[in-house]
Amino acid sequence: MARRPEGPPPPPVVQRVRLRFAKRGRLRFLSHRDVARTFERGLRRAAVPMAYSAGFSPHPRISWVGAAPTGAASEAEYVELALAATVEPARLQAALDAALPPGLDVVGAVEAEGAGLAERIDASRWVVRLPGVAEPELRGAVAELLSRDVVEVERATKDGRRRFDVRAAMVLAVCRAGNDTCAILEMVVRHTTPAVRPDDVLTALGVVAGLRPSVPPEPTRLEQGRLREDRTLADPLAPDRNDAGRLAGRSSA
Amino acid sequence: MSGQSLFARLEPLLPRVRRPVQYVGGEGNSIVKPWDAAAVRWALMYPDAYEVGLPNQGLQILYEILNEQPDVLAERTYSVWPDLEALLREHGLPQFTVDGHRPVGDFDVLGVSFSTELGYTNMLTALDLAGIPLYAERRGESAPLVVAGGHAAFNPEPIARFVDAVVLGDGEQAVLGITDVIRAWKAAGAPGGRTELLARLARRRLVYVPAFYDVAYRPDGRIQAVTANRDDIPARPTKHTLSDLDSWPYPKAPLVPLAETVHERMSVEIFRGCTRGCRFCQAGMITRPVRERNIETIGAMVEAGLRATGFNEVGLLSLSSADHTEIGEIATGLADRYDGGNVSLSLPSTRVDAFNVTLANEFSRNGRRSGLTFAPEGGSERLRKVINKMVSAEDLVRTVSTAYAHGWRQVKLYFMCGLPTETDQDVLEIADLAREVIRAGRRASGHRDIRCTVSIGGFVPKPHTPFQWVGQASHEVTDARLKLLRDTVRADKEIARAVGFRYHDGRPGIIEGLLARGDRRVGAVIERVWREGGRFDGWNEHFSFGRWESACAAELEPLGVSLDWFTTRERDEREVLAWDHLDAGLDRDWLWADWQEALRETELDDCRWTPCYDCGVCPTMGTDTQIGPTGRSLLPVVGVSAGSPVVTGPVAAEAAEAGAGAGPAGDLRLDPAAVGSGTPA
Repeated sequence: MARRPEGPPPPPVVQRVRLRFAKRGRLRFLSHRDVARTFERGLRRAAVPMAYSAGFSPHPRISWVGAAPTGAASEAEYVELALAATVEPARLQAALDAALPPGLDVVGAVEAEGAGLAERIDASRWVVRLPGVAEPELRGAVAELLSRDVVEVERATKDGRRRFDVRAAMVLAVCRAGNDTCAILEMVVRHTTPAVRPDDVLTALGVVAGLRPSVPPEPTRLEQGRLREDRTLADPLAPDRNDAGRLAGRSSA
Repeated sequence: MSGQSLFARLEPLLPRVRRPVQYVGGEGNSIVKPWDAAAVRWALMYPDAYEVGLPNQGLQILYEILNEQPDVLAERTYSVWPDLEALLREHGLPQFTVDGHRPVGDFDVLGVSFSTELGYTNMLTALDLAGIPLYAERRGESAPLVVAGGHAAFNPEPIARFVDAVVLGDGEQAVLGITDVIRAWKAAGAPGGRTELLARLARRRLVYVPAFYDVAYRPDGRIQAVTANRDDIPARPTKHTLSDLDSWPYPKAPLVPLAETVHERMSVEIFRGCTRGCRFCQAGMITRPVRERNIETIGAMVEAGLRATGFNEVGLLSLSSADHTEIGEIATGLADRYDGGNVSLSLPSTRVDAFNVTLANEFSRNGRRSGLTFAPEGGSERLRKVINKMVSAEDLVRTVSTAYAHGWRQVKLYFMCGLPTETDQDVLEIADLAREVIRAGRRASGHRDIRCTVSIGGFVPKPHTPFQWVGQASHEVTDARLKLLRDTVRADKEIARAVGFRYHDGRPGIIEGLLARGDRRVGAVIERVWREGGRFDGWNEHFSFGRWESACAAELEPLGVSLDWFTTRERDEREVLAWDHLDAGLDRDWLWADWQEALRETELDDCRWTPCYDCGVCPTMGTDTQIGPTGRSLLPVVGVSAGSPVVTGPVAAEAAEAGAGAGPAGDLRLDPAAVGSGTPA
């Protein structure tokens, strides 16, 4: 009775391509599961030669790295695709971007070289627009937060309600005024477990200084990467891109 | 200023609601056309949550057909959950479409598709949020025409006061006809206002306009007569029947949702109508006659749909898919075409015979064989004769043995409880069938570890069926029988752990029964329930039987009728039924005769195979059964090897290195609409 799939095993992986993509505008309301499903359909529409897992329900081999929370926009999400045929990353990027809905935009593609993508990412840079909050109010709250050693918040995670420290993850926080009625918070946050998200930072600002925006804030992830000593982030695709440069040189020869 | 997008005002509310993605639109193959260029504008509503409404085929078909017209614009709207409803009210925002986020009140027509009667309260929420008066008679000239359609609208009397017009039957040609009339009426400067527009639609036999018909009641509460109050409209509005489904291969580009929905697959309707003659089945009665799509159209729709959507599963839909005259060739052909392509095929598999298992095997050559579903519907042989479901216990055992022998690991059986003439014994025989199925499975597979799920739904008598006269079983009776059955199975050591039970309590079925066979007096009940907070009545967590019960007491009992009067009371042959003035093509005498045959436990043949015009549909509608085999075949797919999305041609990078442009076979498939044909090499 135990059935096994008939036919040959799925074709092997011959290439891995890493993508940087953006989640913009109204598509920021996509959850990670929504993004994953939409990607899988886009990959099929674009006829990207995905490698599949074996077994009765083969899945395209896609490795996700982190994910911006539902409601947060991002200019810097990353994913790695395992392919069963070799393709030129730039063409894959164009074809997939055309097959994805506007707002889910592929902004970079490189052939994977060397270490895992996840190991090249340990922090994010965010910008959070706070409509209805005046800049001095935000500045005061942020200063208060940064002056503390520990600021705990509570949030429902997939492992239940958890209480965790926000302060330790905060690397950098800068305030500026967008206009009279909108303050802007730019910050670098270290990736911890559970991840400290922009809404956790805002909860923390509420805890330390009573900041409670009347309009939902609009967070956007600008960058992910490895945190350098000067508190900037290293582009996680840069090592691959150097290698891709070699490839590009080869094809133009 | 009409037709402005509300998105900028809506957006700040979205982070505060559950699953905001369902309100943002932007689905694959969705369409937003310029407002000012459109002569006629439709808002299409499915009155349930987005996750249920988006996959609805009817709405997708009409959306595409209307938008194909150059001067017509169609957008979709769904029920908003109570969290967003509260925010919309707080911020003064109306019901909106998900495509252009435009106010529903700005459209010419609001078309509402009812698959189930339990969506009625949700329509009231949408009307109210849209700023459209609840009663048709109070609507001003600028309000949209509210048009109901779908299976539940075959008895629209309970919502007669809330709708301007009703489309009976297939909507494809009807919406285009309605559009033509509205276009001409608007172009002429809207002569005679709304009433004249509705009269034009009624005269053209496009719609039923409840306001043009008066209902008189007898002192005992029964209906005296329903009569037209104008002489220029038909006495009996008739249903629309689309013939030649091959000429209407919609949806061509199915919607691809961003949010998770209840059906994560593409559907292709392989035929419409069913003549099996199951006496409980409203869909099988009102969608007659059988009209098949041929194998060639089906093959083309599957391939075009997969390319347009990127879905990896295709469901072949109909009321009894294994009955298609070319189903064997379709199954083998599609299984061959997509072999190894990571596309899976499915067939709603409810017919109880070995051929059905063969089909299911074809569709799962390399896939998981998890569950097969069969629907004997009635527990005892006697009851199955009453409902005309011609399945014997031997058929069932033979079929499930075949399924288990071919590696299927679980069998699901569908039954109904509360069927006419049913006794406790009939329901207890479900346990006997389950025992036979488990034994057969253990024999066929050589394993003890065999599962059988028994799903039981409460029977609700529906209009335009031979059971339209029966007294519905009370929820107390239904619940008691289900408890008896459950206790019997639990007490049986041999099968207790192998049989899983799925059933619901009988109370929602009573309200469905009220709405299904209600008349215009039930409208006040719906309104009261809605005013008292009734929303999403199809959802257990929102449904309140108490609210319906007390609304019935308040609104019906002063009129001398009641919830029981509409549900558990048996009607006699001569009683005027609330929907008798609506022509679904079925001969009333035939329905009555078939009900009497049911009481005599006499079965009836399928007219697909045995010519028979007794039900009256073919002669009165001027239609005929359209079936194959057509002798056509599945056409080969060009451009992609074996339908697989995997590129197998020369590798782009190597081709470039060799100094040649990448050949077509090496091209990634680009979306021509978005990128054009100039593929960068």
